[in-house]
Amino acid sequence: MFLASRNFCCRGIRTCQLRTDLLSRSIKRSASATMPFRHKNSRRIEGLDSNVWVEFTKVAADPSVVNLGQGLPDISPPSYVKEELAKAAAVDRLNQYTRGFGHPSLVKALSQVYEKVYGRKIDPLTDILVTVGAYGSLFSTIQALIEEGDEVIIIEPFYDCYEPMVKMAGAKPVFIPLRCKHDGNSASSADWVLDPAELANKFNSKTKAIILNTPHNPIGKVFTREELQVIADLCIKHDILCISDEVYEWLVYKGNKHIKIATLPGMWERTVTIGSAGKTYSVTGWKLGWSIGPEYLIKHLQVVHQNTLYTCPTPLQEALAQAFWIDYKRMDHPDCYFYSLSRELESKRDRMAQLLKEAGLKPVIPDGGYFMIVDVSMLNVDLSDVDEKQPYDYKFVKWMIASKKLSAIPLSAFCGPETKKQLEKYIRFCFIKKDSTLDAAEVILKNWNKQ
Amino acid sequence: VKASNSLSFSLQAKMSRPVQARRLEGIDKNIWVEFVKLAATYSKVNLGQGFPDFPAPDFLTEAFMRALSGGNHMLHQYTRAFGHPPLVKVLAQFFEKLLGRDLDPMTNVMVTVGAYQALFCCFQALVDEGDEVIIIEPFFDCYEPMVKMAGGTPVFVPLRPNPPKDGKLMSSADWQLDPGELASKFSERTKAIVLNSPNNPLGKVFSRGELGLIAELCVKHDVLCISDEVYEWLVYDGKQHIRIASLDGMWDRTVIVGSAGKTFSATGWKVGWVVGPDRLLQHLRTVHQNSVYHCATIAQEAVAQGFQRELMLYGKPESYFVQLPKELQQKRDWLVQSLDGMGMKPIVPEGTYFLVADISQFKSDVPDVPNSDEPYDCRFAKWMVKNKGLAAIPLSAFYSEAHKNNYTNFIRFCFAKEEATLKAANDILQKWKQEKTS
Repeated sequence: MFLASRNFCCRGIRTCQLRTDLLSRSIKRSASATMPFRHKNSRRIEGLDSNVWVEFTKVAADPSVVNLGQGLPDISPPSYVKEELAKAAAVDRLNQYTRGFGHPSLVKALSQVYEKVYGRKIDPLTDILVTVGAYGSLFSTIQALIEEGDEVIIIEPFYDCYEPMVKMAGAKPVFIPLRCKHDGNSASSADWVLDPAELANKFNSKTKAIILNTPHNPIGKVFTREELQVIADLCIKHDILCISDEVYEWLVYKGNKHIKIATLPGMWERTVTIGSAGKTYSVTGWKLGWSIGPEYLIKHLQVVHQNTLYTCPTPLQEALAQAFWIDYKRMDHPDCYFYSLSRELESKRDRMAQLLKEAGLKPVIPDGGYFMIVDVSMLNVDLSDVDEKQPYDYKFVKWMIASKKLSAIPLSAFCGPETKKQLEKYIRFCFIKKDSTLDAAEVILKNWNKQ
Repeated sequence: VKASNSLSFSLQAKMSRPVQARRLEGIDKNIWVEFVKLAATYSKVNLGQGFPDFPAPDFLTEAFMRALSGGNHMLHQYTRAFGHPPLVKVLAQFFEKLLGRDLDPMTNVMVTVGAYQALFCCFQALVDEGDEVIIIEPFFDCYEPMVKMAGGTPVFVPLRPNPPKDGKLMSSADWQLDPGELASKFSERTKAIVLNSPNNPLGKVFSRGELGLIAELCVKHDVLCISDEVYEWLVYDGKQHIRIASLDGMWDRTVIVGSAGKTFSATGWKVGWVVGPDRLLQHLRTVHQNSVYHCATIAQEAVAQGFQRELMLYGKPESYFVQLPKELQQKRDWLVQSLDGMGMKPIVPEGTYFLVADISQFKSDVPDVPNSDEPYDCRFAKWMVKNKGLAAIPLSAFYSEAHKNNYTNFIRFCFAKEEATLKAANDILQKWKQEKTS
């Protein structure tokens, strides 16, 4: 129907059409425009284009490399979790849109599970937002509550996305390092602590929030009640927010207890707590996470969510809800997956530590999470002739992947500019791996000095 | 300390300072939250929100089940951040055919959480404070708040109805841009124009001539084009969906947005994508890696298999991309008939699964309220769902705040529904007509 032509100033439309037909068929590759291309990135993403994962997942993708780098399980998720997904996808309406802020049965299940944990009422519709992974929760929280002029305190080493997300929101990251108590001879993640006076000095009138990660990635530290109280006191004193990344909340090892900072007095009303299905159920590829907090904070996260992706996938949310009901019913029982996974991982942790010790290294034994860091300077690998301006641990990991076929992640990826140098001899291993993977790692570590 | 103890039990406890970021200003309202709730509460027949009530095709759900039962439990773990390799590969293959150019799956394609997140990445990556973005009205409602959230200024230009003189039913083709008016919207601050063809809510399929006009202006003013083509397969009456990126000078400045939800009738899977030149997509990748980073793996695996099937059956009668528009065209015609038969005047859509109808003849049912801040069609739609059990969306939902009262006699119906649903809608409409005439 070309009736519209009478309304157009059709000068050149016919020739335009002909040219289009000829040229679009003959042009196979985009010829760079001869005029300068003025369309650069927006200012908010300036300098945020590099990403350690994009770099290292590529290198480690070689199937002959034993991959203890990126934090993803190669163990199977529990069978009931997979079964629930099959059941959900078979229901027609579950393949269509659900409620934007979270599928009703999922937010209901989350509220029940967490009411037990928090010891307070949690409204499924107003106090919870379901997001695309905990990553999406971090993004929604930061976009909702942080802006230009704000400062956000980040504890080093930190899960690498905190810094670029804070910057993308226009705010300034202020770093404070965890330091090893015993001057480098650290046996446990508990040895890595904040200096309370140093921490207090980081707070000023511009401080908007502090990001807490417990259990901690990469060190595996589980913050004690006393350590959390120090942070809480400062939050309350300066009237600031706490963004609490607790994705590894169920993965705490014997002798340790995960404490939610939001349960400390005065903290519920200023804390957004983030959780992850990927870490809870060993399904990182489901990309479902959640933010829990008081309505007056969560409502702003919901506004971000409705303007970014609107809703999360339905069948995955339904399956997750059903999995949660199964474990909710046995939350007082050791068979609950939240506890059984932790037990399974504790023995893998111990095995990993043993392997590293046998290679002559001193790993930092984590109290929680599924990562372990280790200082590799004892291995004396001289990389000074490697031309790159990258920190030692980046060079070391690349060398280790190429020559030992074992991958890890360099710790300086998790550090702010000033701390990178101090931690550049550390690398991070992930141990949520099946026995055969750990067996393969064992072979490499045992044979390290031969060759 | 005592105060803070008592505060922790108070439901009203808050921080004393304002918490939310300024970027949220003016973008907190959302029509869907309200209308989805109304439909859930009152509707017997829901032709409101745009999603099919018929199942996704068997081959797609079977692909999902195969992925689940196939023993590769790594499908439950992270995949490549910018898109699951099998999916970006088949998307590149598909779009190479459609665009007539070579595409690199790693740099010319990115997978997103629905087309919604693709749009978000476009605005966040490319729009800065002070940039203007042209939006054609009526528009899918998220464009405006997304532009604002990126600090941009939306500049609106309307499609204007030119009713056919012969008294025939209006077509979405009769809603057109005024070329002079469109040209006047371009300034040196214009960063991009958002094009949506086929258009939600009108169903307009922009012609080659109309696209050529937009393209000329984009090239002349060196402006980007964000081309939302989620309904690309839903075109009727033998019409052709033309991709503006295939027009002269446009590939380098266009980001094409697509959706598995609309392509495969599985809106709940939230798999979308962008296709475009690397020098634009690189910036979308930066936003993506700093916002969601990965999309769910298993749905991507299943969608990849869906596309592989369609690649093999391309152009053949068994192709879902041939069958679906055929079925939907029939449904469109049923709804057009139902509405026309009872006094609502449908605008026959050339594409999408939406249809807009003029409800002027029903104004007596829902009296106008002078000086009401709610547009008439909004009140009408709310009244209709509560009193007739039929849910639809007011057209003013798809207009900017300033223009909400320009077209207040229209409501939008979604006809991606089972025959039984459309029959039930017809029953409601016929009964209504009878009540009016008696």
